[in-house]
Amino acid sequence: MILHGYIVPGRPLPLLAPEKNPHWAELRRGFEQAREEIKVSGADLILLYSTQWVNVIGHQIQGDPNPEWVHVDQDFHAFGTMPYQLRMDADFAKAFEAAGRGRGLFTRAVSYKGFPIDSGTIQALQLLNPDNALPACVVGCNMYADRAETIVLAKAAVDALKATGKKAVAVAVTALSNRVFPRMIDPKDDRLYSAKDDEWNRKLLEMLEDGRVEDVSQVIREFSQQASGDQRGRAFWWLSGVLGQHNGYAGKALAYGPLWGSGAAVVSLSPAPERNLSREFDEGEVETFGGERGVLAGGKTAEASAPAAAAAAPKPVSSGAIHTSAKKAPKAVGAYPHARRQGDFIFVSGIGPRQPETDEIPGGPVRNADGAPRDYDAAAQTKAVIENIKAILEDAGSSLDAIVDCQCFLIDMQRDFKAFNEVYRQYFEGIQATRTTVEVRALPTPIAVEMKVIAKA
Amino acid sequence: MSTGRIVAGALAPHPPHLVYAENPPQNEPRSEGGWEVLRWGYERLRKDLAKTDYDVILVHSPHWKTRTGNHLLAVPQLSGLSVDPIFPNLFRYTFDMKVDVELAKAIHAEGQARKLEMSLMENPEFRVDYGTIISCHLANPAWDKPIVAVSSNSTYFDFSNEMGQDEMARLGEATRAAIEQTGRKALLLASCSLSHRHFTTESELPEDMSKEHITHHGQYLWDMRVIELMKQGRTRELMDILPDFTEQAISETKDGSLAWLLAALDYPSFPAEVYGYGSVIGTGNAVVGWIQSIGTANVANSR
Ligand SMILES: [Fe+2]
Repeated sequence: MILHGYIVPGRPLPLLAPEKNPHWAELRRGFEQAREEIKVSGADLILLYSTQWVNVIGHQIQGDPNPEWVHVDQDFHAFGTMPYQLRMDADFAKAFEAAGRGRGLFTRAVSYKGFPIDSGTIQALQLLNPDNALPACVVGCNMYADRAETIVLAKAAVDALKATGKKAVAVAVTALSNRVFPRMIDPKDDRLYSAKDDEWNRKLLEMLEDGRVEDVSQVIREFSQQASGDQRGRAFWWLSGVLGQHNGYAGKALAYGPLWGSGAAVVSLSPAPERNLSREFDEGEVETFGGERGVLAGGKTAEASAPAAAAAAPKPVSSGAIHTSAKKAPKAVGAYPHARRQGDFIFVSGIGPRQPETDEIPGGPVRNADGAPRDYDAAAQTKAVIENIKAILEDAGSSLDAIVDCQCFLIDMQRDFKAFNEVYRQYFEGIQATRTTVEVRALPTPIAVEMKVIAKA
Repeated sequence: MSTGRIVAGALAPHPPHLVYAENPPQNEPRSEGGWEVLRWGYERLRKDLAKTDYDVILVHSPHWKTRTGNHLLAVPQLSGLSVDPIFPNLFRYTFDMKVDVELAKAIHAEGQARKLEMSLMENPEFRVDYGTIISCHLANPAWDKPIVAVSSNSTYFDFSNEMGQDEMARLGEATRAAIEQTGRKALLLASCSLSHRHFTTESELPEDMSKEHITHHGQYLWDMRVIELMKQGRTRELMDILPDFTEQAISETKDGSLAWLLAALDYPSFPAEVYGYGSVIGTGNAVVGWIQSIGTANVANSR
């Protein structure tokens, strides 16, 4: 899971020369505030995407556990060298690679001595994590990737977090407006390149401070057109992707200012479900990457060819049995998991109303301990069934909303259907899953209702 | 000191695949070969260069990207390990080069006189970009000449291809003036591909030639049109259509190397020698030479 999200700038002036301009110093203080948040966040990984690590062949992931070199920036070589010694989570890089492949991406963990780590990554890790207290995982930015592919990359990162049980903070290394002074300037004269760029940046920051991460991802193309976005805003697509593509965040702009004319900000985003504003989807959801992008005529879009890629791709790392914790769901009464992820779907086993840990049946069992029938509350049982399914799906990263099909089993249709149907309506009216309801003679435990669902992963 | 001059210029693309395929001792990964047509093209270029007398190589590389002006290497000796950030599996090369700092400083001054933004790169820890290294290796694997490396200042291309090209043309003039003034006999390399749409996946064996082809026929047609103009010595016309080519063929000429070269050569009207053309991971690459002694002799013969 992701605990916090951060946006930080890549031009390495806050690292190399904070004393040369008050804005650069302020940005550095922004990094330091973010560092303090990360320190107490409980994270065990920094997951970082850098627009300065430009990729052509799919997406590369840094897999060298201890990259070490003396780096010199291509532009700012006169401001000094950037020696680095970093700590990467090589196992996580492998898990991320596998998860990416599972979603049809060409992901590749790379581990080579002397690999040129980019200035943006070095600045971010040295200022956010100076003593390498946390290991990091760094992924590059493919220069051809569209929004769909970048979101699939983000989902693969989340798959890998689930598979490894890691808690991460996500860091997007990117400029806001990316127009720079095309010349050497006196550092003390640095300012935003234009009033127009400044205004667009402030608009973006306003949305981010409002926690509207997904809204920013949706408007970033327009921003990039207008304010010369860094890598067309790919880092914002990625960040919203790893943060779950919604607007339920509390944002703080810790610092904002110019870096050689470009817009630079340190922004922190923390989950705030109560603030979740409505979101609008103007593009279809995409789960897998389908190969070549539609840059040239005849190219296929990611969405259009997704099924073919999914068929060809190896199994996702997160595929397979999902055993929900006994604290959250009733324990199974046989050799089966609560659910199983396969491809884009989660298949949930038949679930009854028994309560996690206690096995208590809300509304009472249908028989007494001696086997004699007793009066029970079918509505209470139905509600408990649905709540159990909800917990199982949410634990697997899905939700009730994602249910596409539902099979319902009642032991007494005549007695219970009306009550069952009313509770069902309360939960499912807006979901509109397909449904089949049948009467069965008995269920394995003394319950009256069981449901079995299939949901989107 | 006699007046210096540019004795030859070449379009010398830098796919790391070509060095990988050759297995030179400096490069760590090993291959089974591949991309022979382009490599034979470089071989023929080297044969012609061997007949010319030059004492310095100037290279303009798209992979030293600067956005703060035109930068020039100005450290007398640079060495280290170059790992390609995009194809680290193919290119991990130990380099050791001499830099003609005096010439770099002369270009710096000539550029400033033309109101260009110029900087000298004087940090001895600097890692030379792989585009520079690959083009220099392929043109002169002996590394027995000093080099001057010019960064790709692509900022003006962000405004428009025309503006970018105009800047590069002025940089080309400044380069020529500095060479003349310092008495150098120079070889110039424009380190870039033509059409530049890559595949975004790689076959299991990178040198599997059954997988290699141009990404798109439209790219190929553009490449042929551009090469034909070079062959016919119509380089001013080429400059006129270059902004469109850059846009439509998603060409690496966007980083300015070819415009710089043609301007430095003062838009040669003699036919260029096309040594080879081939695709590398979908991009179009040509090895093309403008060798003054050969070119002007051919023009004389044809009259
Ligand atoms: Fe290149």
